[in-house]
Amino acid sequence: MIGLIETENLTKKFGDLTAVENVSLQVNDGEVFGFLGPNGAGKTTTIRMLCCLISKTSGSARVGGYEIGDKNDSLKIRKLIGLVPDNVGLSEHLTAYENLDFYGRIYDCTNAQRKENIKRFLEMLGIWEKRDVLVGTFSKGMKQKLAIARALIHEPEILFMDEPTANLDPESAKTVRDFILELKKEKRTIFLNTHNLDEAQRICDRIAILNTKLMATGTPQELEQSVSGKKTVIVLEQVNDAILNALKKLSLKSLTSDGNTITFDVIDPNKENWVVVEAIVLAGGHVGSVNVVGSTLENTYLKLVRESA
Amino acid sequence: MRLSKAWLVALRDFKIFRRQKNILYSIIVFPIMISVLFPTILQYAGQRSAGLLTAANLPSLIDSFSFFIVIGAAFIPLSIASYSIVGEKIEKSLEPLLATPLTDGEILLGKAIAALLPTLVAMYAGATVFMFGVDAVTFGSLGYNYFPNWTFGVLLLVLVPVAVVMSVLYSIIVSSRVNDVRSANSYGILIFLPLLLIYFASEIHIISLDINGLLIIAGTLSAIDIALYFVSTAAFQRDEILTKWK
Repeated sequence: MIGLIETENLTKKFGDLTAVENVSLQVNDGEVFGFLGPNGAGKTTTIRMLCCLISKTSGSARVGGYEIGDKNDSLKIRKLIGLVPDNVGLSEHLTAYENLDFYGRIYDCTNAQRKENIKRFLEMLGIWEKRDVLVGTFSKGMKQKLAIARALIHEPEILFMDEPTANLDPESAKTVRDFILELKKEKRTIFLNTHNLDEAQRICDRIAILNTKLMATGTPQELEQSVSGKKTVIVLEQVNDAILNALKKLSLKSLTSDGNTITFDVIDPNKENWVVVEAIVLAGGHVGSVNVVGSTLENTYLKLVRESA
Repeated sequence: MRLSKAWLVALRDFKIFRRQKNILYSIIVFPIMISVLFPTILQYAGQRSAGLLTAANLPSLIDSFSFFIVIGAAFIPLSIASYSIVGEKIEKSLEPLLATPLTDGEILLGKAIAALLPTLVAMYAGATVFMFGVDAVTFGSLGYNYFPNWTFGVLLLVLVPVAVVMSVLYSIIVSSRVNDVRSANSYGILIFLPLLLIYFASEIHIISLDINGLLIIAGTLSAIDIALYFVSTAAFQRDEILTKWK
């Protein structure tokens, strides 16, 4: 795998405040990489460093093989990337078309390229009809779509998106998510900052959890299983002391009872649950249902973030 | 530094200014005032107080009026540059611009051109009308056309550009420290102080607004321009803009 983005101990300090500490990660070519973390975790600061918008304090990072912090490489990096910032930052006194055309010119796109890409992306995002309307009159969702089109106007190799669905209504957020999935099909490398776990799980190939320091990296499935495994939930007609004593003898991990429900950790449910059910029945219990539930990305995220706080 | 990239930034700002009435007014009003008001005053004063405006005292009065072209030239970029930078801050549109392959210097130059060019065009147009107007109303008293002359040439081609650059750079510095156009304009007014001091000093004959006097003033303002250039380029750096600007 080619690391299109690589960081080693990347650190950013603002005076005494450490915003990002020793972050080492690799984003592969064609991958959608999710960067999860609470507010103030350093997600935006990391993106800004990778986009050569602010300087690093220490460590190193390469984007597309170019070194951030090197003056000559900075311009080359900024040619390679597209950025959708957390604030859309569009010129409100220009039309949608004028906004995109300006950025196309900055990236030295030819007239034909600009025309084609503006039409293609505005059509994909469903705002082609609004191309000649001043952006100041646009809704939040439309502005966000336009900011995405702006970031793509020069067909960048890497797209950085900083919370692209934050503050959008559900319908607009879905359109943006669907569009990112379309880009994923085109095998674009996307670095996605978000604190929407569901979005990260649905869109990202791999996810990193950040809270100033990098807490974990992996596929959504790997992260789900990294913190805690599966749990068995057994619903009984009634839980009594005889049943609980019988289960205690089995030395089950994290055994809890709540009303008529018993929960415990399992590694191999197919083998272990039979033994447990048999013990319950022998103790005179009546089993209503047996369910195995997996750990969620949310559990993993919350556990890691709370531990790091 | 690629001039073509800076020009793109300036062209975009021109498009924005076209749709901003307050900027259009500030570009148009002062040149019209100078070109129409001062010849009218001379005409009116000549009619009302015959004998007071003589061939001997008219030239110094016209030179005093001419200096208002410099003051006007410093006024116009205040609102343009203030909007240009503060407007970007309000719209938060500097971050995506800084993420493009433009250097900080190219963006700053583009902003400076966007403020400089309309100001010079407007003031030169106003100055041309002013020259014709003054000549028309003073020919009878002077017996010759006062304009064009070398003093006015120095004022227009040397002092006005230097004053405009000073105003643009000062506005950029002020804009980096405030969050709204009104505050930027309020602080911007301070730029008039040195120019008004020069004007009053000329009125009480401490300095003369002849060619030598104008060249000395231009030299002094150029030194101020150089100092302001270093301060403004230090303020207009991506790290500063994204982390320290209000």
